[in-house]
Amino acid sequence: MIGEGLQSTNQRKHSYVHDRVEVGFFTDPSVCIGCKACEVACKEWNQVPDDGFTWSGNSYDNTGHLGASTWRHVMFLEQDRPKGNQVTGSMGLPFDQQSIGNQQSDLSAVGPAEAEDPFRWVFLSDVCKHCEEAGCLEACPTGSIVRTEVGSVLVQNDVCNGCGYCVVSCPFGVIDRRPEPLHDAGGAFKCTFCYDRQKSGLVPACAKVCPTESIVFGRLDDLRARGAKRVEQLQQSGYKDAQLYDPTETSVRGIHAFFLILGEPEAYGLPPKPQIPTIYLKSAWISAFATAIASIIATLAGFAFFS
Amino acid sequence: MTNGPQAEQRLEHLREEAWKKGVVPGKGVDVAGGPIPRKPGYYGQPVVKPPVWTWEIPLYFFFGGLAGMSAVIASGAIIFHQVDLARTAMWVAAVAGAVLSPILLILDLGRPHLFLNMLRVFKHRSAMSMGAWILSAFGACAVPGLIALELHARQIFPGALDQLLRVAAGLLIFGSAIFGTLLATYTGVLIGATAIPAWFLHRVLLPIHFGTAGLGSAAAVLELLGQRIPALNFIGFYAAGVETALLVWLSFDKHGAADRAIHEHASGWLIRIGEVLNGPLALVLRFFAFVPFAAISFLLGALVSRIGWIAVGKVSGADPESVFAAEHY
Repeated sequence: MIGEGLQSTNQRKHSYVHDRVEVGFFTDPSVCIGCKACEVACKEWNQVPDDGFTWSGNSYDNTGHLGASTWRHVMFLEQDRPKGNQVTGSMGLPFDQQSIGNQQSDLSAVGPAEAEDPFRWVFLSDVCKHCEEAGCLEACPTGSIVRTEVGSVLVQNDVCNGCGYCVVSCPFGVIDRRPEPLHDAGGAFKCTFCYDRQKSGLVPACAKVCPTESIVFGRLDDLRARGAKRVEQLQQSGYKDAQLYDPTETSVRGIHAFFLILGEPEAYGLPPKPQIPTIYLKSAWISAFATAIASIIATLAGFAFFS
Repeated sequence: MTNGPQAEQRLEHLREEAWKKGVVPGKGVDVAGGPIPRKPGYYGQPVVKPPVWTWEIPLYFFFGGLAGMSAVIASGAIIFHQVDLARTAMWVAAVAGAVLSPILLILDLGRPHLFLNMLRVFKHRSAMSMGAWILSAFGACAVPGLIALELHARQIFPGALDQLLRVAAGLLIFGSAIFGTLLATYTGVLIGATAIPAWFLHRVLLPIHFGTAGLGSAAAVLELLGQRIPALNFIGFYAAGVETALLVWLSFDKHGAADRAIHEHASGWLIRIGEVLNGPLALVLRFFAFVPFAAISFLLGALVSRIGWIAVGKVSGADPESVFAAEHY
């Protein structure tokens, strides 16, 4: 919490790995200032290659999306609706030189916020969700992707042979195969939850550097309580569209890096109902077995009746 | 941009494009409060990641299906004492399934030298893991099965040893037929159980299509290799008939934006061309007894539709609207 100084869960040493406590990230765009320190810290600590220096033209987002070399991604949403009770636009003030100079301008002339070009700029630092039921982990044929003591999902780089099946199995489009000619190309990469740091009792790099504690690291149960409280607080202050994004109702059964979002998840490129692909296995295998049997019967029938 | 006629022209152009397409490509045009419609989702970025697989995977689907079902035909031929056909079929199964398929799969890996890591674990909830084991088991049956069959057919060893070879060949070929049916159909499960909307919405159709296309391809290859027998012709009719039914199914089982990659774009055309070639066209050609042409048409269709399904995955995965639309199914 801001103001706790070194006592904040983002700064103090911990023994979660040793104690096998489930930990997570809570990311809150209502206090994010879009500084991208999390992106930089992640790249520096994990020695992730750059992802090209190009201008996307999409607000201040030149990173684009999460991928093999982007494990934190700050989104910049420009939306034509007000943020909480904030008033944007001309505030209803007449735009001539005289009245701007006039300190005694009539404040009763201020119109309702919605009537005046409402605008908001929302920043959200996206990251691997470390699903309770992880599609990538289930899909991995080498056992390279494992669940750690703190409940995060980790890719063991030295085991991964780059088959690419986790890429299409992630319902959030997080993990990706790193292309040539980058360092360590060919393997699948994503956020490690700074497992190496956590083993030494350190906080993940992104949370450590976040200057506003928009990214909070801590015990999952504490964070869930904190998130619920924060939503309530924001609702009361006029952020009517504040909600938690933590799909516990779907087959993903909740995520360990969850978000507070303003508005609908689609605007953040988050699927409203993410599903783990293993739920499709049963019907697909039944179809496969039926086809196998039908093919054998057709073959035997061919030989039996047409020989 | 400076003031002037170019700037005005650019704006006119943008307005016209927005009017026609609903979306304008180009940097910096996706803004709030502007007259130009915004892209879906977050600046039109994909929600799920499209597959990273390249040309090796559709070819593997083709050869794997062909090999697996060849072993089934070989088993049928063994049961009905057609040793010559069984030998040809087992050669096809061994070359396509135990040589070409593993090579293609290893080539597609990001780190080919670590391909043996596939056999570190056995995970029934991972279709990729199951596939690696099925392919290994198939190869382990088909290659010794072929060797035993050839040794028996050429009467290399005398007496009791030959009898032993005969039994071993039979068992191994039946084994390769069992794993072969799985090899031909699991690929449908592999792409059906993913987060790609156009794939998972057709997870029941895909194994039927891949398996049946494999069976028809095996019959077609054997016919082209000179095995023109009525049994293979019947299998050809069966496969082309099922593929025709699947074409009809696919044209009725539409899910709007969620699987539009199957019905629109170049990927949609690949699917359609593939399905027509191995469905109705192969059926008609076979009906008029143009067997070699029917076989070629079916093989081409089986290959093109496999390429098409991977292309569909790439288009569907890159389309954020397809993911949002798929939430409703």
